[in-house]
Amino acid sequence: MDAKPLWLLAELTYKCPLQCPYCSNPLDFAGSRFKHELTTEEWSRVFREAQALGVLQLGLSGGEPLLRPDLESLVATAQQLGLYTSLITSAHRLTQDRLAALKRAGLDHVQISVQAADAELSDRIAGTRAYRDKLAAYHFAKELGFPLTVNVVLHRENLHQVEALIRLAESLGAERIELANTQFYGWAFHNRDALMPTKAQLDAAWQVVLRERARLGSRLEIVWVLPDYHEQFPKPCMGGWGRAYMTVTPAGEVWPCQAAGGITTLTFENVRDRSLEWIWHQSDAFNRFRGEAWMPEPCRSCARRTVDFGGCRCQAFLVAGDAALTDPVCSLAPHRHVIDAAVTQVERAAAARVEPTALTYRAAPASRALAAKG
Amino acid sequence: MNPAPAAAVPRLHPKARLQRDEVRGRDVLLYPEGLVTLNPTGAEILGLCDGVRSVADIVAALEQRYGASGLVQDVMSFLDGLGAKGLVIYGR
Repeated sequence: MDAKPLWLLAELTYKCPLQCPYCSNPLDFAGSRFKHELTTEEWSRVFREAQALGVLQLGLSGGEPLLRPDLESLVATAQQLGLYTSLITSAHRLTQDRLAALKRAGLDHVQISVQAADAELSDRIAGTRAYRDKLAAYHFAKELGFPLTVNVVLHRENLHQVEALIRLAESLGAERIELANTQFYGWAFHNRDALMPTKAQLDAAWQVVLRERARLGSRLEIVWVLPDYHEQFPKPCMGGWGRAYMTVTPAGEVWPCQAAGGITTLTFENVRDRSLEWIWHQSDAFNRFRGEAWMPEPCRSCARRTVDFGGCRCQAFLVAGDAALTDPVCSLAPHRHVIDAAVTQVERAAAARVEPTALTYRAAPASRALAAKG
Repeated sequence: MNPAPAAAVPRLHPKARLQRDEVRGRDVLLYPEGLVTLNPTGAEILGLCDGVRSVADIVAALEQRYGASGLVQDVMSFLDGLGAKGLVIYGR
């Protein structure tokens, strides 16, 4: 099988000034597993090995990647290797000088998150006052000539703002807006009942997306990341396990996706011990769910197995308790009833106007408390 | 999107970058969160999109290089395909 990776997501640090309750970082991000961050030299080696392996697209993410003082140097290394570099940032405290330095280093693309269309709600969801810096940074990015993506994670509390968010991206001159419905892993899974929207909210937002796409054409690309609990079939997660994508965590573990580290039945290798090439081709974690041999029924005999690759392994592990099962989001999956129950509970609570449970914000003390509880 | 006239001057959108994919022995067009795999002709056309040459100039250059004629439709449909993705824009 000619599987060579195209994408590398480099999670440079899990430190972050924001505390978004749907963060994709692991619940135990503050623990010892992620403590000893890779050095500049180690990351540079990872980028060289990734390029030699076939990677063309590099995401520089976190946590907040701006907290790495060597970010400019890492960008320069990636640029020399011909990698297309995207900075995925909250833009907290990002100055025009820093962004200009990143531009000079060769950064290709900037993606800045926003939590909602207005300062009050955005700052409440971020758990800190971040909105003003974000707006300033959007303008810096355009002034410096960067292609700009506005990224918003959507959930119950901000789905009603989809139109305002699109208009914001349009007014900023962004090339893309990513409307990413919350995927329930990590902190989002922990806060699932409070974050999950109703079907009516999703339908209304989707109608706005259709209308705005027709209005804007190619002027602004509107990406809608599907709310998979409300779908009939699973997403083709990562384009298939170990087919095109990998994540390297702050301390050097290599995962097939940014949530895979939560699958406790797998052992993940570290770039400090092995080459990226060995990990990609030889490691058990990357080979376990490659191809189709691992597939259970109903995937094994399903025509859609080449479309969705059995869905998401992390979701199977989180919801059904076994990463080797069909993604429970699939309407044909034996565990679909668990998804249905979660959706139904949210619909009932909304119909009865029951206040959702309080959100747990992503922060180091909460991380340590959750880790201690197991 | 309407097809561009032969006098239009195509160039890559600044978000897109032509890049040699050494590992797979091909050229690719990279852009935010995506890539387009190019065949050698496609890469050659994009190499000629310098913001100065018009579509007609590019066609003429290719026809001269290969001693061919009638390439105008191929070039235009290739550029229109990338134009629809916002990767090629027109104007100096």
